[in-house]
Formats: sequence, C-alpha cells, structure tokens
Amino acid sequence: MTTAPNTYTDLRPSGPAPTDAGYDVRRVRRDFPILAQKIHGKPLVYLDNAATTQKPQQVLDAIARYYSEDNANVHRGVHLLSERATEAYERARTIAQNFLNAARPEEIIFVRGTTEAINLVAQTYGRRNLAAGDEIIITAMEHHSNIVPWQMLCEEKGARLRVVPINDRGELQLEEYEKLLGPKTKLVAMGHVSNALGTINPVRRIIELAHQQGVPVLVDGAQAAPRMKVDVRELDADFYAFSGHKIYGPTGIGVLYGKASLLEAMPPYQGGGDMISSVTFEKTLYNKLPHKFEAGTPHMEGAIGLGAALDYVNRLGMENITAHEQDVLAYATEKVAALPGVRLIGTARQKTGVLSFVLEPIHPHDIGTILDQEGIAIRTGHHCAQPVMLRFGVPATARASFGLYNTREDVDALVRGLNRVREVFA
Amino acid sequence: MADLRDLYQEVILEHSKQPRNYRELGDANHKAEGYNPLCGDHFTVYLKLAGEKIQDVSFQGSGCAISKASASMMTQSVKGKTMAEAEKIFRQFHGLVTGAEHNGSQEELGKLAVFSGVSEFPVRVKCATLAWHTLHAALEGKQEAVSTE
Ligand SMILES: Cc1ncc(COP(=O)(O)O)c(C=O)c1O
Repeated sequence: MTTAPNTYTDLRPSGPAPTDAGYDVRRVRRDFPILAQKIHGKPLVYLDNAATTQKPQQVLDAIARYYSEDNANVHRGVHLLSERATEAYERARTIAQNFLNAARPEEIIFVRGTTEAINLVAQTYGRRNLAAGDEIIITAMEHHSNIVPWQMLCEEKGARLRVVPINDRGELQLEEYEKLLGPKTKLVAMGHVSNALGTINPVRRIIELAHQQGVPVLVDGAQAAPRMKVDVRELDADFYAFSGHKIYGPTGIGVLYGKASLLEAMPPYQGGGDMISSVTFEKTLYNKLPHKFEAGTPHMEGAIGLGAALDYVNRLGMENITAHEQDVLAYATEKVAALPGVRLIGTARQKTGVLSFVLEPIHPHDIGTILDQEGIAIRTGHHCAQPVMLRFGVPATARASFGLYNTREDVDALVRGLNRVREVFA
Repeated sequence: MADLRDLYQEVILEHSKQPRNYRELGDANHKAEGYNPLCGDHFTVYLKLAGEKIQDVSFQGSGCAISKASASMMTQSVKGKTMAEAEKIFRQFHGLVTGAEHNGSQEELGKLAVFSGVSEFPVRVKCATLAWHTLHAALEGKQEAVSTE
C-alpha cells in the first residue's frame, strides 16, 4: 500500500533551513512563485498581506498532490482512497492543534475562515446563552466580522453591545474595559491584532479579567496567527479563530478553536451529513466533536493546504518570522513617517505587521493607483474597520502590511513610490 | 500600458485641489447624497431647478482626486442646462470613462473629455461617476443616498 499522506508533512522550504545566524528571506522568496512576476513592467512588491497572503510552492504542491493521488470523500468510504483522504484531512487538524497548542484535536473545527468562526459562535453559543439585557463586549478596533455577527445577535436577543474605546495611539483603554465588565457581560470578543492599526492587544490580561467574572472570551486571531506564536492554553482563550488564506494557505478554510467543555455544551451550527451519529424522523443524534460542527463534505483540499502552510511556517520558525517582520516594520515606520505630509494611523507601543497612514492632502485611493503603476500593491480604504476610521477622523487610510517574504528593499520601493505620488500631486 | 498622466491630467489635478461650486446651496430645491463605501468617498449634490432648467448646482464632500475633480467639472458642465441635457451628458460621460462608447457621440462633453484616461483604470470608474450618479438621484428627487456598490 502506498501511504502518500505522509508526504504532506514533508514540505520543507527549498534549500537548507534557515540557520541561527539569520533568516534567509531571499531563499524564502523563491518558494513563492507569484512574487517573481512584473506588474506594469515593474517587479511586484506585495504589501497587502493583511488582506491575504501569497502561497508557497509547498502549499500548491500539497493541494495538487492531494487531487492527483488521494482525493475521495472523508469519513465515509471503506475504500483506500477515502481512508487516505480522511487521514490527510485529520492530520491537518492535528497540525492546527499543535500550531495553537490546543489540548485535543477535536477542539479544532474547520470553518470557511475567521468570519464563519465568529458567526458559528454567535449563532450557537450566543443564541443559547444570551438573553434580553445581557451584554457583549467588543473593542473600537474590531474588523466588521467581529462586530456585525454580535450586532445581529444583540438585535435578536435584545442584548447590548459594549465597546471598549481606544486611545490616540490606537491602544485599548484597559481601565474602560474593566469598567464595562460586569454581571451583565456574557461574552467578550476581541481581536488579537488589529488589521487596520497593527495594535497587539493584551489578550492574556483581557482574558484573565473576564475569567475573574466567569465570562468567556473569543479571540479573533486573523492577523495574529500569521505573525506571532499563539498558545491558546497559555492565553486560556475560550475561542480562537483564524483564516488559512492570511497564513500562506488557501482561501475558504479557517480554524475555530474552542475549549472542549464549551463546544460540547453548544448546539450544532448547521445540520447535514457528517454532523450526525444517527438520523430518524423522530430524533437525530448529533455526532461527537469536532464533527458536530462540520456538516457536509468539508473543504478537504483547503484543510490539507492549510496543514501544509502551517508546516511551512513551523519550519521557518515563528520566532524567526516575528523577528523578521518586526525588523521590516520598524524600518518602514521610520522611513515612511519621515516623508512630508505623512501621518501614521496606529502607533501602538505593541505593534505588528501593519503600517496604516495618510499622506495629506492626497486621498489614499490616489496613492493606491499610483503605487500600483509602480508595481506596489497596498490596500486603501477603510479596511473593514469603519469605526476605526471614524475614531481617527479619516475616511480611509493607505495600508502597507508585511509578510514573511517582505524585505527592507520592498520598503525602499514603497518610499520611492510615495515620493512619486507626491511628485504627481506637487 | 496605462499611463498615470492620462489619468491625472493637469486639469483634473487642478480641479481636485480647487474644486468649483464647492459649497452648500442655500436655496437648493433638490439635493442628494452619494457615497462609495469601498473608499469612503462621500458627496452631496445641491440643485436649484427652475422648471426643467438647472439654474444652479453645487457640491460638497470628500473623496479622491478623480471623484472630486469629476464633481467639480460636472457642476460647471450642467449649470444652465435642462434636465434632459444633463442626463445626456451623463450618458456620454459614462460611455467615455467606461470605454464603452468609442464611436458614440461625445460632442456634448467638451472639457470633460480629460476623463478619457479613466477607462484604462477600471477600478476608478466608480470614482469618476459618483458625482454624476448623485446628480442623477437629485434630478429624480430620490431621498435615499445613492451608493456605487
Ligand atoms: C482582524 C480580522 N478579523 C477578521 C477578518 C476576516 O477574515 P476572513 O475574511 O478570512 O473571514 C480579517 C480579514 O479580513 C481580519 O483582518
């Protein structure tokens, strides 16, 4: 018997692993075929990693290999392909479990992404546990996906959304959070890292304070998981969500971590195949974790691609990635802040990954178009965080966001591009 | 390859920096709001209609250079026109910026022809047409804000 699935975890970055002496970003870049191209005749400088990341060859190969060698429906067939597909899919779950340092594999639920993870918790845990007059605490820097599902729930239940304010640096005002936490609080939902500001929130402390009142905490880890070591047990997070496509994996796949005790007590999310253990028209018995929350044929290719992406990140070493990105961010912050007319939006003392700014009086949209002509991809707009824009009194910002393959040269190109923008508008 | 200079023509840059008719119109009898949620552009267009005729027009709001210049030049081009004439200019302008009407008539456009470069930048079409959609809503007397999404 050929047991191809083993190869899914054998996806080392090409060439020798980075040594202690340093992180070899040039070698890393070679793993990402998309980066080699030209855009409008200029080398691509991809600085939109907070929106989505590019995929290394190792991920592309894992997906191709899955379809070339192992494809079948999971958890269903007695035949060998189904066995291999199931094994590969469940191995991806174990990889995600280890990545988050979760206690058990069944605490990892595969979902479409962070958005679905949050909606799942809102529609199951939230609907079961919230009543009129209860409160949910979020922050002023949340992504819309960590606002709207709670608003919908509050509307349905007659509950109330409370928002922890932020200061002018874009940091959470913990004293205000402590004031908001009270007997009415039923849930705290908070981003680990802000996609609009780059702020790293003190989630460990936030969770500790919530737990003192017996309140569970959901952490939106969409921007943190790709950039820093996450240990859900050390954080004592009750729920933790992230998206595959932001961590060098495929779209359409993400992870919801939940403590087994909470997941067990929650009603299912969607009904269908795989999530049941027996069905009659009188009564249906739900399957055990994690399958209770994974109705229907899952995104097998996605999970396997995500597993390959997490393996890839692990091999580079999260400490190395964090250190490298911090270096690029610090360099970019210094260079961009020095340009006339630049105002940084988000200057938290604990920051990662994201440089949001305005270049007055030029509108971010014009900046984006001109940079694109120089081959530089950034994001402009409200970054799905309109309340943040309102807080800083800007309609939109320009945002450069960094990934594990970005370099100081990318930052130099950005600065040249911004000077070009200033020339056009001179 | 699209050239930036085609998009950011001098006239456009100049209008974006010093927009014409940029004020609230005290005696407006029609007005509409338009926004582009994607980039946060937001304008209000004010109209003073006398019968079928656009006696005065102005706008206010914030947006990128393209949307602001387009709004500014729009007010200049429709002032004194009839409603039907204004709608006709809008149709021609739309054809121009989407590149859809290369052979169609564009004789009414006049100075607005500087926006032809927009057709090379499809994502900017919404910027160039936002004020026009808003004008259209104001002419129709719609109450709801128009959105380019
Ligand atoms: C902080 C944050 N939360 C949630 C999301 C939503 O992620 P997704 O669109 O992958 O569901 C994003 C990304 O857009 C994000 O940056």
